[in-house]
Amino acid sequence: MSGFWSGWVLLLTLGCLAFILVPLLVMWKVQRKHETEETVGHNFDGIEEYDNPMPTWWIGLYLAMFVFGFAYLALYPGLWPGYFDGLLGWTSDKQLASAQLRHTRQFQPLFDQYEAMTIEELQAHSKALSMGKRVFLNNCSQCHGSDAGGNFGFPRLTDNRWIWGGTPEDIKTTVMEGRQGQMPAWGPVIGEQRVRNVSSWVRSLSGLDIAATQEQLEDGREVFESTCSICHGKDAKGNTQVGAPNLTDGVWLYGNTQAQVEYTIRNGRNGVMPAWKEILGPEKVHLVSAYIYSLSHKKQKM
Amino acid sequence: MHNTKDTDYNYKVVRQFAVMTVIWGIVGMGVGLLIAAQLVWPALNVEPFLTFGRLRPLHTNAVIFAFGGSALIATSYYVVQRTCQARLVSDSLAAFTFWGWNLVIVLAAVTLPMGMTSSKEYAELEWPIDILLGLVWIVYGIVFFGTIMKRKSAHIYVANWFYGAFIVTVAVLHIVNSAAIPVTLFKSYSAYAGAMDAVIQWWYGHNAVGFYLTAGFLGMMYYFVPKQAERPVYSYRLSIIHFWSLIAIYIWAGPHHLHYTALPDWVQSLGMVMSLILLVPSWGGMINGVMTLSGAWHKLRTDPILRFLIVSLSFYGMSTFEGPMMAIKTVNALSHYTDWTIGHVHSGALGWVAMISIGATYHLIPVVFGRERLYSTNLVHTHFWLATTGTVLYIVAMWVNGITQGLMWQAMNADGTLQYSFIESVQASKPGYLVRLLGGAFFFSGMLVMLYNVVRTIRSCGQEQAETSPVAQGTQGYA
Repeated sequence: MSGFWSGWVLLLTLGCLAFILVPLLVMWKVQRKHETEETVGHNFDGIEEYDNPMPTWWIGLYLAMFVFGFAYLALYPGLWPGYFDGLLGWTSDKQLASAQLRHTRQFQPLFDQYEAMTIEELQAHSKALSMGKRVFLNNCSQCHGSDAGGNFGFPRLTDNRWIWGGTPEDIKTTVMEGRQGQMPAWGPVIGEQRVRNVSSWVRSLSGLDIAATQEQLEDGREVFESTCSICHGKDAKGNTQVGAPNLTDGVWLYGNTQAQVEYTIRNGRNGVMPAWKEILGPEKVHLVSAYIYSLSHKKQKM
Repeated sequence: MHNTKDTDYNYKVVRQFAVMTVIWGIVGMGVGLLIAAQLVWPALNVEPFLTFGRLRPLHTNAVIFAFGGSALIATSYYVVQRTCQARLVSDSLAAFTFWGWNLVIVLAAVTLPMGMTSSKEYAELEWPIDILLGLVWIVYGIVFFGTIMKRKSAHIYVANWFYGAFIVTVAVLHIVNSAAIPVTLFKSYSAYAGAMDAVIQWWYGHNAVGFYLTAGFLGMMYYFVPKQAERPVYSYRLSIIHFWSLIAIYIWAGPHHLHYTALPDWVQSLGMVMSLILLVPSWGGMINGVMTLSGAWHKLRTDPILRFLIVSLSFYGMSTFEGPMMAIKTVNALSHYTDWTIGHVHSGALGWVAMISIGATYHLIPVVFGRERLYSTNLVHTHFWLATTGTVLYIVAMWVNGITQGLMWQAMNADGTLQYSFIESVQASKPGYLVRLLGGAFFFSGMLVMLYNVVRTIRSCGQEQAETSPVAQGTQGYA
């Protein structure tokens, strides 16, 4: 902020406060000391006005507020930004940093103690898993649901079906680095009729009822083999390396109706899992990954 | 004192705005009731037009601008004529404000459910409607100040200072905050960006509270309280000091809506200090109103209109205490983004704004329609208790919800993680939402009682008599 605008703030603030304070003090001095039945002589549609003094307690409250205001502006930034920012040297950045530091000092050791254990080993630690669960509820449940059951566009994490792989390392990588699931839009490339045909074919792979002729299905199969199979595989079982879902297992991230599948193929989909490395730190990611792993490995744990 | 007869005043436009006050009150509060029900039973959201997201701005626009605005314009036209002893400066301009204002409201009621919005809170209307609104407002200012210039007395009555400050400042706020770059007829983007846009929005937003919902209604208070109580105003000196300090300080208070955001620290603390000081001039109006009743307290027992006016001042005093407290950063850390804010707004909106408007409307309806008195004083009593019960239920429910939410959001487990997920705080809020709905239903049913009473009053004798009656002297004939 330039010196001019900073001075403008100073001038305007002091000017405004003086504009209020000076008339208050003058009026306090000139007003009568006691209540009266005398009016000031006006009459507006029958309404008159007494010449009563302002209540003393009210003036006192006013002055107390001024004292507080000036004291606050002496301690904190406000009066003359950039030139006088308060005797305490307080800033909201510093307040946040010190709160974060306090938080880290107090709680980080609790998370650090599990760092050396593998995700498999943590499956036996109910305390570690419940800490992971709380991290999940705070950060992941907004999209994946508080039961991790998923939502439209957000995968279910309890069924041991994985788009990006289900080993402990895969899960941890997904949480740490995030994922970008990109299904391209094929509508402009293959045309509307073939979007319908290939949707029918894909749906037929998991035994869904389809309304398509044998010819149309055959055409859909051709499109699949020449185009889709590059990512989803010849057998349509997907590829966790590129995050191409398995299309035969009855799990549908964006719905399984003919219209939904056609939409997905025609317009494409963009799935984004954010990277949590910077937000949570590796120790908490480790615990939340252990919790997510536990959701589909309950039996082994027993 | 009456050397200007009632028939010399333009009461037609006052009658029109007064009746629309009641009707828009019912519409706006009805929408409020519906969205309160949607928060209890989300299934009541009918996509896409009748969802909470689209109806909530319709509710706020309808109660603030349609109901509150009609009450302010009706009473300001009434008060400015009677206290200046001058007819409105132009009947046709006054008629333009009535039809223009109502056109804006109808356009709002159509466009907001259609999803057309500038997304600025309390300023959602798109740019063509904003321009119409600005035009109507400027004409309103011309009618008001033109009448002031015609006045027969040397002085200007304090009620008119407040109405005048309200009209001038709202014009400035509306024009500056609504500045936008149109993309199509129904879509525009704000002329400001980022934190600058936010602080201009809340400079507007808080001064909509300060000048529209406070100064304007204080103007109403300064006429109808002494008139209904038949007592002189307590202190002229207090009027002067609290008027000038109120309008000088209010304009600074907006940043308290943006505590702990990207707004620079110095703006936040300056906004907080000014908000705290604001408590005192705000209370000046309450003191002057309540003390005006000294020597006439017994009238509260029999006069339900006076009860509306005095209880509105009590709620005014309470919410202008609560507001500065919530502007303190440490309190704000608990209260912000919770239902406490909604409760605070409604203790002002229902308790202060609506109650004083209702009282003033009951006072002026018989006068401007040339009736001896209201059809039923008992129904005003009934309305008073419905409104008071509704307001208290509403505020208490939102206090409980707000503090519950604030505490739940901050609660930590032993490992430093948050104890509750957001949805758990929503579940915990459900009983409060139900009580709020009940409170709203009380308040709304009071408005229906009012409509019945007003209609029966107007119908109590022929319309021609109202047009020509020279006797209408106010309910008590105090002059």
